[in-house]
Amino acid sequence: MDWYPLLNSLRVAAIASVAVFFTGIAAAHYIARLPRAVKGVLDVALTLPLVLPPTVVGFLLLRLLGPRHPLGSWVWDTFGVRLTMQWWSAVFAVAVVVFPLMYRTARGAFESFDERLAQAARTLGRSNTYVFWRIRMPCCRQGLIAGAVLSFARAIGEYGATSMVAGYTPGKTATVATEVYQLWRIGDNETAIRWVAVNIAISAVVLLAVNLLEKRERNR
Amino acid sequence: MLEVRIRKKLDSFTLDVQFAADGGVLALLGASGCGKSMTLKCIAGVERPDSGRIVLNGRVLFDSDEGICLTPQQRRVGMLFQDYALFPHMTALENVKAALGHLPRRRREAEAMAQLERFQLAELFARTPDRLSGGQRQRLALARMLAAQPEVLLLDEPFSALDSHLRDQMEREMIRHLQGYAGDVVLVSHDRDEVCRMCRQVCVLTRGRSEPRRTVQELMASPDTVSAARLSGCKNVSSAVRISEHTVSCPDWGFTLETAAPVPDALTAVGIRAHHIAPGAAERNSAVCRVAQVRRSAFSVLVTLLPERGEGEALTMELSPEEWAAQGEAETLAVHIPPDCVLPLTGGGL
Repeated sequence: MDWYPLLNSLRVAAIASVAVFFTGIAAAHYIARLPRAVKGVLDVALTLPLVLPPTVVGFLLLRLLGPRHPLGSWVWDTFGVRLTMQWWSAVFAVAVVVFPLMYRTARGAFESFDERLAQAARTLGRSNTYVFWRIRMPCCRQGLIAGAVLSFARAIGEYGATSMVAGYTPGKTATVATEVYQLWRIGDNETAIRWVAVNIAISAVVLLAVNLLEKRERNR
Repeated sequence: MLEVRIRKKLDSFTLDVQFAADGGVLALLGASGCGKSMTLKCIAGVERPDSGRIVLNGRVLFDSDEGICLTPQQRRVGMLFQDYALFPHMTALENVKAALGHLPRRRREAEAMAQLERFQLAELFARTPDRLSGGQRQRLALARMLAAQPEVLLLDEPFSALDSHLRDQMEREMIRHLQGYAGDVVLVSHDRDEVCRMCRQVCVLTRGRSEPRRTVQELMASPDTVSAARLSGCKNVSSAVRISEHTVSCPDWGFTLETAAPVPDALTAVGIRAHHIAPGAAERNSAVCRVAQVRRSAFSVLVTLLPERGEGEALTMELSPEEWAAQGEAETLAVHIPPDCVLPLTGGGL
């Protein structure tokens, strides 16, 4: 069995999760302070990929990154690099699909934060940077980690947008999810089942980790 | 010296507060939701008033006309939050260290430990707040606030999170610590007894509006507004009409009462303290009442009276158990109210 799809899935999911971890937290932190109307609009826009079919996300991404579309053609003309059909093209697809999960979990964690703790730290003379890194982040830590793990789990399983943006090239852009589809298509059920087992195992471990984190959160 | 004059529009009313604290403990006395905590937050700088001016020891903290608004970090205002706002992920020691940002890093640990010792918390230095008792938490919050060396202390209902048996002990401790503190202290409370024990000056707050500052004795002896009377613990307040310089009519009770104090033109109500109603008829201010209900508390008896000529508005009389026993379980009772015990009141809020 060629393990390339697993390696590719893991690295795409890891890169996308790390990117989404920071952007999701930043978005949750800054959007929380905006006026209510702006907040509502941005909130809908940022959560949309969670409910849209991944194929719609993939389609929209192709309209942006495709070689004949604005960003894609500019990058091609300037750097001679194609943004689609690379193994790392899947990172764009996965990150966009997974972003709402991280954003919403982070927002939930920040919303349940007791704002008086921040106020207390400020009256004690501590800078806003201190308040963010030493008070707000540690108090919300469990929620943020749970969000990251959940994002990673979803990232491993992303299929629709990935297959449109990165396609399926064996040994190049294949991921576990696209591999299973391909194997089913050519009727190689035996190998397909092995990949399905691998996928279930990874997802189960990740979800177990989420549950353990949430339990620890409750016990605090 | 702390001088405060702020206005801020809130959801259901406008905060309009003006007071000055110069030495000792000043109480802001008001019912819950009257804007007391918001006032403290505006002074601490974590909320911004719409307009006004706040001056602390000659330093302008906030001035809407001059466009000055110092950050909470610049203000050097200590705030004790209602449930203490201790950092849950830090130990007692780290909580105090968090207030020592003004010291060089290497001195913080020793200074924090010394501060914990001053508050009898040294042995608990490694515990997180969830493993401290209510009293210890309050002590830690106090220690942390004072470690930052603030120029004024704002205490937001400091005893409300404590059980009653702890409250007395913590109150004594707090008074001791405050006596060693040089700056001004503002205490927010809805409890007149607490205010009597802890403060000399008091400022009454009603739906965001402050009344002029006065001594606690003045407030207790002669509250002059309906809300001041209520907050000073006056159980009987009823609408009244001025009849003459020293007479008022209380239609709800069916009384015409003589007062020792002159009746103001703006009179809206009178107040009678429960323990000022005395059994027995008298020449003046006497009435016959039906006994509607008797409640016995630890050291007194509360008798609900319905005046026979009234409109169904009740009065509460407070007697010692012996005095009540002397009435022989009477169903109707003649009572009188000495004229110097009738409090003429102005203002709304009945």
